[in-house]
Amino acid sequence: MSTIEVSAASSQPTRTDSHVTNDFSIQVATVNGSGSQTANTVLMRALFQMGIPVSGKNLFPSNIAGLPTWFTIRASKHGYIGRKKEIDFLVAMNPETAQEDVRKLEPGAAVVYDEPLKLNTVRSDLHFYPVPFDRLVGPVCPEARLRKLVRNMIYDGVVAQLLGIDMEEMRTALYKQFGPRKAKAAELNWNAVKAGYDFAAANLVKTDRYRVERMNATAGKIIIEGNAAIALGCVFAGVTVVSWYPITPSSSVIEALTTYLRRFRIDKETGKATFAVIQAEDELASIGMVIGASWAGARAMTATSGPGISLMAEFTGLGYYAEVPAVIVNVQRVGPSTGLPTRTMQGDILSTAVLSHGDTKHPILFPSSPVECFTMMISAFDLAEYFQTPVFVFSDLDLGMNNWMSDPFPYPTEPINRGKVLTAEDLDRLGGFARYKDVDGDGVGYRTLPGTRHPKAAYFTRGSGHNENAGYSEREDDYMNNMDRLAHKFEAMRSRVPAPYVDIDQRAHVGIICAGTSRYAVEESRDQLRDEYGLQTSYLRLKAYPFTPQLSEFIRRHERVYVVDQNRDGQLLQLMRLELDPDEIAKLRSVRYYGGLPLDARTVTAEIAAQEGF
Amino acid sequence: MSTTAVPPKKTNRIGLEIAAYKGGKTTLCAGCGHNSVSERLVECFFEMGIEPWSVAKFSGIGCSSKSPAYFLGMAHGFNSVHGRAPSVATGALVANRNLLGVTVSGDGDTASIGIGQFVHMLRRNVRQIYIIENNGVYGLTKGQFSATADIGSKLKTGVVNDLPPIDCCLQAIHLGATLVARSFSGDKRQLQAILKAAIAHRGLSVIDVISPCVTFNDHEGSTKSYSYMKEHGEPLHELDFIPACEDIAVEIAEGEIREVEMHGGARLRLKKVGRDYDPTDKLNAVRALAEAEKEGHVLTGILYVDTSRPDFVELLNLVDEPLATLPESKVRPPREALDQIMDELR
Ligand SMILES: Cc1ncc(C[n+]2csc(CCOP(=O)(O)OP(=O)(O)O)c2C)c(N)n1
Ligand code: SF4
Ligand SMILES: [Mg+2]
Repeated sequence: MSTIEVSAASSQPTRTDSHVTNDFSIQVATVNGSGSQTANTVLMRALFQMGIPVSGKNLFPSNIAGLPTWFTIRASKHGYIGRKKEIDFLVAMNPETAQEDVRKLEPGAAVVYDEPLKLNTVRSDLHFYPVPFDRLVGPVCPEARLRKLVRNMIYDGVVAQLLGIDMEEMRTALYKQFGPRKAKAAELNWNAVKAGYDFAAANLVKTDRYRVERMNATAGKIIIEGNAAIALGCVFAGVTVVSWYPITPSSSVIEALTTYLRRFRIDKETGKATFAVIQAEDELASIGMVIGASWAGARAMTATSGPGISLMAEFTGLGYYAEVPAVIVNVQRVGPSTGLPTRTMQGDILSTAVLSHGDTKHPILFPSSPVECFTMMISAFDLAEYFQTPVFVFSDLDLGMNNWMSDPFPYPTEPINRGKVLTAEDLDRLGGFARYKDVDGDGVGYRTLPGTRHPKAAYFTRGSGHNENAGYSEREDDYMNNMDRLAHKFEAMRSRVPAPYVDIDQRAHVGIICAGTSRYAVEESRDQLRDEYGLQTSYLRLKAYPFTPQLSEFIRRHERVYVVDQNRDGQLLQLMRLELDPDEIAKLRSVRYYGGLPLDARTVTAEIAAQEGF
Repeated sequence: MSTTAVPPKKTNRIGLEIAAYKGGKTTLCAGCGHNSVSERLVECFFEMGIEPWSVAKFSGIGCSSKSPAYFLGMAHGFNSVHGRAPSVATGALVANRNLLGVTVSGDGDTASIGIGQFVHMLRRNVRQIYIIENNGVYGLTKGQFSATADIGSKLKTGVVNDLPPIDCCLQAIHLGATLVARSFSGDKRQLQAILKAAIAHRGLSVIDVISPCVTFNDHEGSTKSYSYMKEHGEPLHELDFIPACEDIAVEIAEGEIREVEMHGGARLRLKKVGRDYDPTDKLNAVRALAEAEKEGHVLTGILYVDTSRPDFVELLNLVDEPLATLPESKVRPPREALDQIMDELR
C-alpha cells in the first residue's frame, strides 16, 4: 500500500497511456438481497455479447438479506475463466465492507463508489470515481420502494461508460434478462443504466487503464450454471424419478430440472407426466426413494451436498451390496458439518469413495464444465444401470451456482443403455436366472424388474448376506465369492468410466493432476509457470474414480507430479495412495487450497514454484 | 354363491394353486405371531386371485421384516434398511404404478427408528398395504423396548420403561392413511377380512397387528401377549369381505350392518358387535381409540376408511404406463428441444 501522504482532492494517480484491454476483473461489492444479481448478470452478458471470454462468480453469505456479497466478473482475452485473485475494477456499494475492499486492491486499480462513502480518502494509489447514486436514482425511479433495486443498474451504466462497453449490448442483455413479460420493469432499469452512463460521460474523467474492445471469441457459446447443465443432462438421460431434499448449493439442480421436465416431459396427448419429482422429508428418504425406484427399473436420481451425503451412507452401502443402481449428484460445499454452506470445496472425495460401513467402493464422476455436467449425467445413468450400483457425480458450488461461458451441449449419440435386465420372454428362453451370477465375466449379474409377468422372474433383494441365487446366506464361501465379484465389478468399471484429459509436454519433467473445477486455475497456472519460471508441465485431468490406466502411465512419465486438491487433507492424492504402486506414490506432491473460494491460478503457481525451489 | 357342498377348490380364479403364493420356510421362533400374519397373506392373495408377480414386497429390519421372504415367493421382495422401507416402497411404487405394494414392518422398525418415514408415507397416501407386526419389543435384538412398549414394563436388567407408547393407528388416522385397521395375529377370520379389504383398497392401508413375541414379550402383564389380547381384545364389528364378483343378498335387520364400498366394486360388510361404529368418521375413530386405551381394551377391526382421497400416484399425475419401462422415445426429448434450449442460453 502507498505510504505517500497526499491530499484527498488530488488523490488520483496520473493518467496512464498503456491500456489493458479485455484482461481484468470487476468486483461488485453489495449487500445480500439488494437485487444486484440482475445488474451483474447484465454486465457479464454484455461483455459476452461483445465476444469477450468472460466468467462470473458470486461470493455470497449463508443469509437471505443484509450480509455482504461480492460478485466478480472476469474478462480475459486469453480465455482464462478461473477466478482471478487480484481485483482491477471495484464497484463499492456496501458501506460495511467498502473500506476493507479498497484496502485490499493492488495499486492502479479503479474504484467506482457511492460518493458519501468518501473512499478516495482511504488510499492515494487508486483511480477513484465517485457517483452520487441517491441523487441519480430519484429522477429515473419515482417509486421510492423500487429505488434500492434500480440503484444497482446505475453502476452498470457507469462501468459501461468507463470501460467502453457497447450500450447496445447492455440494452440487449438487460431486455433478455427481464424477458418480454417484464418489459415495463426492463424500461425502468434501462433508464437507470442510461442515467449512470450519462453521469459518467459528463462528470468522470477516465484515468485507469482498463477497457474493452470487441472480440470474436464467444460466437455460438452459451451462458449457463453448472446446476442447470446437470439438470439438462438428467432430462436427456431420460430420468423418470427424482427425489430430493433442499440444500445449498444443490437445490437449483432440482429446481432447474423440475422446470425443464415440466416443459419437455409432459405427454402431449394425455397431459400426464413421464416423470415424478418428490421432495422427500430428508436425505434418508430421498436416497431410499431413489434406491426403491431404481430397483423397480426407473432412472432415478437425487442431488444433495455434504450433509446429505453423510445421511445417505447406509443406503449407499445397501445399493452397493444389493446391487441397485442410483445416481447421486453432490454439489460440494465447505465442510465438515454445516461448514461454510455458500463456499466451494472438493472435500467429500475420500469419504464418498468408500461411503458406508464394510468394504465398499463407489464410482465418482468429476465434471469440470457445463458440457461435462451434461454429458457425465448421461454417462452416470448408463454406468449406474449397467453396473447396478450407486454412481456419484461430483460438482461443486463454484461450478454449480456460477454462470459459465460454455460450448453448446452435444445431443447424445448413443442410445440409452438400461443394462442387464431380463424380460419375461428372456426368462421363457432361459428357463430362469441366478441374480448374482457373473455370467459375462464383468462381475455384473442379470436382474429382473418387479412386475415382470413370469413365475421365474422374482428374486429377493436384501442387504444381508446372500448367495448367487439371492438366497439368504451366512456361509463364508458365499460371502467371499460375492465380495470378490463386487471387487471385480469395480475393476471392470475402469474401462467404462470417462478417461482423463491428458496433455503431455514432451520436455516436461513435472506433471500436474487435478479434477473438476480445479482445471481453470491449473490450466492458467501452467501458462504462468512456463512464462514466468520457464517450467514446462504436463497435465492430466481426472474425470472419474475408479482411476483408469492413464493415471499410472502419466505418473511414470514424470519425475514429480503435483496433485491439486481443493481441501485441507489432499483427498484426491490420498485416494491415489490407496490404489497406486509405492514408486508412483513417491512421485506425488500435494498442492492444496481450502479457503472456500474458487481456486485461482496464482495460488497454484506460487505453491508449485515454491516446491520446485524457484 | 352355490349352497351345495363342493369339494374345496385347488386353484383360484386365475388358475393358481396355493403353493404359488407360499414363500421360503420361516426361520422365526415357533409360535411367533409374525408367522400367522405371513400365513394369512398367503391365503388372502390366493383367495383373491392376485397374480403374485404383480406384488412387490418391502420391509425394514427386524424379525417382522424378515417375513416377506416367507410369503409370495413369486413376488419380488426388498428387505432394505432399518426403519426405511417406506421410502423404498414409495420409490418403487411411483416407478411402477401397476405394482401392488406390501410392506411388513415391526413396531421398532416403524414407531422407533422409522417414525419419520412412517409419518411422511401417511401424508402421501402411497397405495400399499403397510403391516406393522406389533409385539411391543425389539425381537431381533433380544428384547429391548420399542416405542410401542407398555409403560412400566421391565427389562431383565431392571430398567423400567417410563415413556408412553405411540399408537400407530392414531398417527395413521390423523396423518392421512385411508384405511386404518388393528387386528390380532391370533384372530384368523378378522385379519383375513382386513387384509382382503386392504388388497382391494386404492390408497394406503395401515394395519397394526398385535403379533406376540413368544420369546421376549408374551409374559403376564404384557399388553402384547396372546392372553392379554384374548381377554382385552375388543372387535368393533364382525367383518366380511365380499369380492366384486360375488353378489350376496342377505336379509339383515336394519342398524346391524354397515357396508363400505371398496374400489372396483368389492364391499366390506361390518356387522355390529355391541355399539354402533362408523369407520368413516375420523373424529369418532380417534375418540374410540382414546377411550379404549383408558379402559385397557384393544379395539380391533376397521378403525377408519376413506375411499375418496386420491393416492400419491394420482397426485403426481403420472402417465398410465409404468415410468420404469417407458421407451427412450418417451423419456429423451428430441434434438430440436436441446437446440431450442441452447438458443435461449445464447
Ligand atoms: C441402523 C440400525 N440400527 C440398529 C439395528 C439393529 N436392529 C435390528 S432389528 C432392530 C429392532 C427390530 O424391532 P422391531 O422392528 O420391533 O422388529 P421385531 O424383531 O420385534 O419383529 C434393531 C434395533 C439395525 N439393523 N440398523
Ligand atoms: S424373537 Fe420374538 S419376534 Fe423374533 S421370531 Fe422370536 S418370537 Fe418372533
Ligand atoms: Mg417388535
